[in-house]
Amino acid sequence: MTVTAEGPLPTAPYDVAIVGAGVVGCAIARELARRPRLKVALVEAQDDIGQGTSKANTAILHTGFDAVPGSLEARLVREGAALLAAYAAESGIPVEPVGALLVAWDEEQLAALPRLAEKAEHNEYKDARLIGADELYAREPHLGPGALGALHVPGESVICPWTTPLAYATQAVGHGVDLHLDCRVRQVDRQGDTHVIGTGRGTLRARFLVNAAGLHADALDRLLGHDDFTVTPRRGQLIVFDTFARDLVQHILLPVPTALGKGVLVAPTVYGNVLLGPTAEDLDDKRATHSTADGLAGLRAQGGRILPGLLDEEVTAVYAGLRAATGHDDYRITAHPGRAGVTVGGIRSTGLTASLAIADHVVGLLETETGLDPGPVRELRPVRMDRRGTGPEYGILVCHCERVSRGEIRDALAHPIPPRTLDGLRRRTRARAGRCQGFHCGAAVRALLEEART
Amino acid sequence: MTGVRRVDVLVVGAGPAGLATAARLAAAGAGRVEIVERETQAGGAPRHSAHGGYGTLLHPLTGPAYARLLVTATRQAGATVRTGVTALDWAGPLALHTLGAEGPGTITARAVVLATGARERPRAARLVPGTRPAGVYTTGELQQAVHLYGQRIGTRAVVVGAEDVSYAAADTVRTAGATVVAMLTDLPGPQTTPARAADSRLRHGTALLTGTTVAELLGHGRLSGVRVRHRDGRTAVLPCDTVVFTGDFVPDHELARRGGLALDAGTRGPAVDGALRTSRPGVFAVGSVLHAVESAATAAREGAHAAGAVLDHLTGIDHLADAGRLSGADRADAVPLLVDPPLRWIAPNRVTPADRLPYVLRTATRLTRPVLRVTQNGRVLHRERLWTAVLPNRTLRLPAGWTHRVDPQDGPVHVSVLP
Ligand SMILES: Cc1cc2nc3c(=O)[nH]c(=O)nc-3n(C[C@H](O)[C@H](O)[C@H](O)COP(=O)(O)OP(=O)(O)OC[C@H]3O[C@@H](n4cnc5c(N)ncnc54)[C@H](O)[C@@H]3O)c2cc1C
Ligand SMILES: Cc1cc2nc3c(=O)[nH]c(=O)nc-3n(C[C@H](O)[C@H](O)[C@H](O)COP(=O)(O)OP(=O)(O)OC[C@H]3O[C@@H](n4cnc5c(N)ncnc54)[C@H](O)[C@@H]3O)c2cc1C
Repeated sequence: MTVTAEGPLPTAPYDVAIVGAGVVGCAIARELARRPRLKVALVEAQDDIGQGTSKANTAILHTGFDAVPGSLEARLVREGAALLAAYAAESGIPVEPVGALLVAWDEEQLAALPRLAEKAEHNEYKDARLIGADELYAREPHLGPGALGALHVPGESVICPWTTPLAYATQAVGHGVDLHLDCRVRQVDRQGDTHVIGTGRGTLRARFLVNAAGLHADALDRLLGHDDFTVTPRRGQLIVFDTFARDLVQHILLPVPTALGKGVLVAPTVYGNVLLGPTAEDLDDKRATHSTADGLAGLRAQGGRILPGLLDEEVTAVYAGLRAATGHDDYRITAHPGRAGVTVGGIRSTGLTASLAIADHVVGLLETETGLDPGPVRELRPVRMDRRGTGPEYGILVCHCERVSRGEIRDALAHPIPPRTLDGLRRRTRARAGRCQGFHCGAAVRALLEEART
Repeated sequence: MTGVRRVDVLVVGAGPAGLATAARLAAAGAGRVEIVERETQAGGAPRHSAHGGYGTLLHPLTGPAYARLLVTATRQAGATVRTGVTALDWAGPLALHTLGAEGPGTITARAVVLATGARERPRAARLVPGTRPAGVYTTGELQQAVHLYGQRIGTRAVVVGAEDVSYAAADTVRTAGATVVAMLTDLPGPQTTPARAADSRLRHGTALLTGTTVAELLGHGRLSGVRVRHRDGRTAVLPCDTVVFTGDFVPDHELARRGGLALDAGTRGPAVDGALRTSRPGVFAVGSVLHAVESAATAAREGAHAAGAVLDHLTGIDHLADAGRLSGADRADAVPLLVDPPLRWIAPNRVTPADRLPYVLRTATRLTRPVLRVTQNGRVLHRERLWTAVLPNRTLRLPAGWTHRVDPQDGPVHVSVLP
């Protein structure tokens, strides 16, 4: 098992290098791990996997009922949802099949619901159903006044966005993929049939290259000599409410989409919190993952209309993610036969759901379009992400709000892909993710992390 | 020890309030008195408040020394203090599920005392926008990092708040070898003693920005500064690598809420009467969970006071259980005790004619020599002029000499201030 975050990189050439260890890059690495003959590297600029867009989304496992019919995204979301649901069950990734309600708040929105039901049919989703106000309020008694009806989409679920890429990466690394963290790709040259990849930690060679750099896929593509699209970051700010808010909402409450975008939703999380968001703001700074006073005020105003009780509950976290918009209503997945590579661009607001299907599609393109000879295919040993040991260490809670034990923290620190920061530890265990945000446990959690890292 | 255990009194939380309750009960022969404490060390917040301000005028103590004293006294009185045991949830009206190194368990009691303390609202709950860098603390986390774990913090800190706990946080920053760049408060002045404010300003040269709020946190990875906004709209960036959000305490009311106990809208803790009885017979609450955060002495005094009511309850059960009429008898005569703005909250917040414990309350704005007035259905029960100024985030006390005038049938009692 090879995971590096410092020091020189291996000199032996790889068959495939994947740039970007987001949920998409990790899924591709896992899919390639099924070809034992290939030597694969997963290269990530940051100090952990899943630190880009993948750590800051709405965590919904979409059915794809509302995708653009006939698009690549529609197909990959549909296939990906089924693949990920099965994978989550096998791996112990937390999922909760709560279903969604598209709530109509005025006559115009109500009139739009039948068209959305038809669209769902076009997307091969058969279970969407119109319901009236009475059933809506019976299902969601805390909904604000004035809703006229809804489209019920029972297949929508919520999932853990951090465990998913970690499961992929764990499985990939466990089957021989090398993961190189803190390894930003700065330039790419071509020598014969090899990519010579200059990174912050030295040079890496690979015959095939997959660009899964998320927001930076356009920049990396230009280094590779392609100029097909430009990524515009579209910020989504979100508010996470305390677990005491969880009883207020039973489904994912989606707005009826308008010309202005998908709008703000209220959704339970698999950890018993309630999410409110996201905003949609087109920006030009790919680092602008900060929240703003206006954004938060706007969210609270909208949340208060959807679920008035929400505003009385404490906020446990505020965060923002950047979608990789490309001015094009579909994913931008392109094979470059002449340059022995595939670009996985424009994976906008559904990449978590579609990740396994994207991986399958990309590896297919590598084989059929760019001439990668994959060799034989094997089954992967399953991973279990929900292992919780027994013994005294698992009875001593360190993080009280989220009930995280010393045993769980020690396990996370001893994992093949260990966290390097408190945030990384939080994404793996939820330590410090609760309502006190470290008032009680912060110093104790930090002590355990520092002890493990020295 | 897993499985079901039985005790006479179960106290949740080994801070000053819980320890004082258990010590008094054990000394009074209440039978088997047990405290569960989720931290590996008993003592509560004073464990990490490594500064003076505890004990008595004659015997001033630091927080840790005070905590040790209380823990020893409680053990000597005969109460069992079990640390590293968390009370997770209710297993019945007077029973709790627990988790500790020995595994899960259930403890059934004849009376339960909630003494779960309080915490400061963190940055997210205060909706402070910006990036999510490292270097953002509450006082509790800062004190533990520095005093319990000897951890390094940054080098330049901004302290948000100007009440006693804020000055304690500033001292901790200095102990850790860092500089306090500035303190700030949205109020017009500090909410501490003039001597303490002057000491900070003159001896340490720490500027206090009044009428100022944090508008945004800056920096990727590590905090690089805070953008502050003055009431007149001006903004400025204070470069710093650490920010401490102090004060703004809320009760740790998780168990109370999970148990469906009535909460008080003002304090956000369980509603209690002057005997510290909650809405559930046999369940009592003491200390910071009722009023975050008063002095440790107040918490301990309440603990001792509640012990009396717990004893009454235990004897009461013995009588009533025979007679077969247990339900709600304890607090039938309590009525709500409400405050009118600018007062923010009062605790206890239900009142019976028999109550004797002084009330603590807080104001949202500065009041100069106010008159406190207690009324029930238009009837004035009590009137009193205070001869000092009353500040937000500072204790205001109301003695309980008037409670015998309360009519249990005549609706809520109001406390208001006349200018
Ligand atoms: C607000 C919001 C809500 C969303 N909600 C959902 C949802 O509910 N359901 C859903 O399915 N999807 C959702 N998404 C979409 C989903 O999060 C993304 O589609 C997905 O995370 C994209 O993953 P990725 O791997 O392509 O990108 P990223 O996670 O951004 O990964 C790209 C990685 O590449 C690395 N990188 C970049 N440049 C370089 C370089 N030069 N060298 C090395 N490494 C580099 C980055 O550090 C990063 O880690 C949402 C997105 C947002 C923003
Ligand atoms: C930073 C700071 C500085 C202070 N400075 C002073 C000062 O100078 N002088 C002064 O008089 N007062 C001071 N105080 C206030 C004083 O410390 C408190 O009033 C006092 O500690 C309150 O006692 P308590 O027992 O109610 O709560 P705490 O001391 O908060 O104790 C509560 C205990 O309950 C435990 N607990 C909570 N939930 C559970 C559960 N479910 N299961 C098991 N255990 C649980 C907690 O771990 C904790 O140990 C300060 C407080 C703080 C935070």
